[in-house]
Amino acid sequence: MAYEIVVLTNMAIAVLFALSLNVITGFCGQVSLGHAAFLGIGAYTSAMLSKSGVPIVITFAPAMGMAALIGLVVGVASLRVRHDFLAITTMGVVFLFTGIVRKQEILGGEIGISGIPAPDFGRVGLLATSLLCVLAYLLFTIWVRRSWAGFAFDSISEDEDTARLLGINVPKFKLFAFVVGTAGAGLAGALYAHQVRFIGPDSFGFVESISVLAMVIVGGIGSIWGVILAAAFLSALPQFFQVIDDYKLLVYGLLLFGAMRFAPEGIDGLLKKIFRRRAVK
Amino acid sequence: MLQIKGLCCGYGDMTVIRDINFELQEGGTLALVGSNGAGKTTLLMSVAGHIIPKSGQVRLNGVDLVNKEPETRCGLGVGLVPEGRRIFPDLSVFENLVVGGYSRPSNNQSESMARVFEVFPRLFDRKNQLAGSLSGGEQQMLAFGRAMMSKPNLLLVDELSLGLMPSVVDECYNALGKLVKKGIAVILVDQNSDAAIDFCSSTLILETGNQFWHGKSSAAPKLAIC
Repeated sequence: MAYEIVVLTNMAIAVLFALSLNVITGFCGQVSLGHAAFLGIGAYTSAMLSKSGVPIVITFAPAMGMAALIGLVVGVASLRVRHDFLAITTMGVVFLFTGIVRKQEILGGEIGISGIPAPDFGRVGLLATSLLCVLAYLLFTIWVRRSWAGFAFDSISEDEDTARLLGINVPKFKLFAFVVGTAGAGLAGALYAHQVRFIGPDSFGFVESISVLAMVIVGGIGSIWGVILAAAFLSALPQFFQVIDDYKLLVYGLLLFGAMRFAPEGIDGLLKKIFRRRAVK
Repeated sequence: MLQIKGLCCGYGDMTVIRDINFELQEGGTLALVGSNGAGKTTLLMSVAGHIIPKSGQVRLNGVDLVNKEPETRCGLGVGLVPEGRRIFPDLSVFENLVVGGYSRPSNNQSESMARVFEVFPRLFDRKNQLAGSLSGGEQQMLAFGRAMMSKPNLLLVDELSLGLMPSVVDECYNALGKLVKKGIAVILVDQNSDAAIDFCSSTLILETGNQFWHGKSSAAPKLAIC
């Protein structure tokens, strides 16, 4: 039973992490290759605080705040760059993050932080907390999607210049997406730190950034339900088939390629196609 | 209403249009005519705010627009129908119109939308269709409708007839006529310069970025410009 709970908690954290990237890349159309840095910022903030005796649940807010604050700085700095250049800039953020963490004694340097206190509400409690966090973030993103801001995001992701000429404050919406997205990653990081109870710079590198991007693309960029399905599936895959763990990157890469080539709209697009065909019949 | 004095703008170090001067009254219409590369779109974009002028003045109803962001100008009453329509293909007709009304959140959206459907009944029939699946003419109508949603006093129309069949072009001109009757001022660029000059009461001819001629359309010199 304990093993299943660990797997489910990992899935919940992956779903939260993927949903948070979906706000930036899916809703607002800003490709980020450095999202794992914000997972790391949340994880380190939460781990440091809880090691110094702060109750775990209380560390969530500063973890989100710290990630969102740095997300805001990155957002402001990258307002002028788009498309490929934005992808490269955000990629730089993740290298910068791991580079800085490796050199900081206070953050554990290369070795990382171990002995992060176990949640006093136990493994089941952590699973329940993770699910609650996913639910809260999910409801928030659904609300954003359905509100008038949802259409503004759509127009920005389709054609930024025209959106601007139509009177949409593009920089404001982009920063909003960055802040909401990175705060979600920070929360996922806080949960992650207490799930594995050991974190190091390698847990938040470029590979993790690509993995989460794969979840969003395989799920269907911008589709909330598709991303949830893909994140749950892709995060559970290596845990059920141990052999896949060694080839995780290869499998993710193949899925990413397959999605781009055969189903550019991801699981969401595939499901819609199947149901539409049935409806026609 | 719109006053432009000594306007110079361009891209980077290059100056594309130099020393442009004209005024446009409420409900006035101006045809912007010139060969390819004369600076017609640059002039329109500098009024819309996409290009920051190097020098000169752009005033709308006494408000200086030069240092205003495009989204602010839209709220002040500048509407744009961009070249090539540039509608959002993956949004429905309805959603495209909603996006068009963002700059004036205080406006009654459904009222503005009713006004759009009155001018373009065909858009109402296709309200829930994806904009990308509309015909070229319908997309042009949608681009007009989207610009109308922000209740502009000044409408900038770039390349109205580009890629449209003649009967649809007539339909678009009719619709534009209805908007002018409502008191909206229009600056019109069209590859068919005769049609644009016929439609507008005044004309401005650009030649390689310089203001070549400006006056009443009826007195416009016949030039082999296109």
